[in-house]
Amino acid sequence: MALENTAIQEKLVATFAEDVFNFQQERDIFSFEINAHKNTAIILFLKNDPDLRFHFLTDLCGIHYPENPVEKQFAVVYLLHNWYENKRIKIKTFINGENPEIKTLSNIFLSSNWMERETYDFYGFNFIGHPQLKRILNMDEMTSFPMRKEFPLEDGGRTDKDDRFFGRTIDNC
Amino acid sequence: MSELLLPPEHRYAKIIKEQLNEDGNELSILNLGPTHPATHGIFQNILLMDGERILDAEPTIGYIHRAFEKIAENRPFYQITPLTDRMNYCSSPINNMGWWMTLEKLLGVEVPKRAQYLRVIVMELARITDHLICNSILGVDTGAYTGFLYVFQFREKVYEIYEEICGARLTTNMGRIGGFERDWTPKAFELLDTFLEEFPPAWKEFENLFERNRIFIDRTVNVGPITAEKAMSYGFTGPNLRAAGVDYDVRVAQPYSSYEDFDFKIPVGKSGDTYDRFCVRNAEVWESLSIIRQALDKMPEGNEYHAEVPDYYLPPKEDVYNNMESLIYHFKIVMGEVPVPVAEIYHPVEGGNGELGFYLITDGSRTPYRLHFRRPCFIYYQAYPEMTKGALLSDAIVILSSLNVIAGELDA
Repeated sequence: MALENTAIQEKLVATFAEDVFNFQQERDIFSFEINAHKNTAIILFLKNDPDLRFHFLTDLCGIHYPENPVEKQFAVVYLLHNWYENKRIKIKTFINGENPEIKTLSNIFLSSNWMERETYDFYGFNFIGHPQLKRILNMDEMTSFPMRKEFPLEDGGRTDKDDRFFGRTIDNC
Repeated sequence: MSELLLPPEHRYAKIIKEQLNEDGNELSILNLGPTHPATHGIFQNILLMDGERILDAEPTIGYIHRAFEKIAENRPFYQITPLTDRMNYCSSPINNMGWWMTLEKLLGVEVPKRAQYLRVIVMELARITDHLICNSILGVDTGAYTGFLYVFQFREKVYEIYEEICGARLTTNMGRIGGFERDWTPKAFELLDTFLEEFPPAWKEFENLFERNRIFIDRTVNVGPITAEKAMSYGFTGPNLRAAGVDYDVRVAQPYSSYEDFDFKIPVGKSGDTYDRFCVRNAEVWESLSIIRQALDKMPEGNEYHAEVPDYYLPPKEDVYNNMESLIYHFKIVMGEVPVPVAEIYHPVEGGNGELGFYLITDGSRTPYRLHFRRPCFIYYQAYPEMTKGALLSDAIVILSSLNVIAGELDA
């Protein structure tokens, strides 16, 4: 019997109460949000519970929402997969924009080591307890975090690619 | 001597010092890469060696990092396909098709059966070339150049098929939202038939050269093994995971593009060592060939090669010049003024090396708000230090080769 969304929701709410919320079926993936300080407890529970068995971390990445209030400006997304029941879930957690920090998953999934390093490299999140939190794709000397929205893709001083000449403004491009 | 190579704060420096106090022998440091012919790509590994044995490895990656995720946030959707080409460039059609299927899932586009089957054919061709390169290069790394020469010409034949379909060879940029940019020519099917006729005997010969070869077995059996539990924890997918005995394949778990219509096996290994990885890839090539034959047999009649979605599918060029409506659609698509729903979606496909995922967030504008590529190489390459621990230097090369780490996909 397939693992139902409601079963997952009931189990999580029974154990973590208001730390898990906003359950919804988004297209083909069941998703919900969690409070950042509970991330390791919830994911460990999802992994070890005999019914849930979300034993595979498919993906982990960061998102920047500069428009949000300061305590929700960054988000970390975890995609977990239960191969026994073939069920995927997406977990999103918002973290503070000024001091982004969240506990590491590297004690739960070995694969999260580099995924978290990549996220740190791009967004500068502090993964508390990570064994080797340093840049992975960019060079060590870099000071900025390039995937943040305020980081320009190209040199701002370029004059040969003025979008005004193409009828584009910041808002419509 | 090691003081010259290592900064004193490096973790190896402490290990070397302690070991020296214990028995007086000095451990050595070896820089494998970044550019070395045996690593087939830009990989650097700082190895800590005790004679010929590797005690520890420290991979450095990012030498060809091109910031695809950042670029993708500034490009309209159809301009992102060329970026996906350059990830796993040994099987770029899979990446292209994966990206189009992500967009089709986002926009709710229904692709006609015939186009889906054509996609399956081209994706399986890509898988064949990917495994062909990996296995034949593994042969070269163990000293067997002949097998490589036997089969490598067939990659060329597959590239000729790509060329007939889309005009490009390596970085294909193939397809459109809803199907292909043009119908496959009769020549393409002709080339495909020739390939299906000529390739299997050559592949059989290749297999015969290796599978029971004493030297090859000595070099690969029990080299770089990984248990199924470790492999899952390290996020392995694809042939490397299946070699460890786990039968997870996205084509079966979440069939896309009508994979459920075809009958194929998932080959699995047992010990997850280099030999098993080689055998799993070999067997997968046979399965891919069988899928291509089935797709050709079951191919629906007609010449439908794309979905009727004028909002997203570029009209033919002669219509753009002669037809008002087509001109409007052309303009709207090129200027990025097509309606895009606000959504967050994840779409996985079975790439040459494992689950290739596209995590896409849109905000209704002409570009993605965030696009994250789940690159299988990046995730499983972190197991490399553990797999090489205690192995010989020559084994490290073979393990790297059998993992099929592609630098383009590693660094994105």
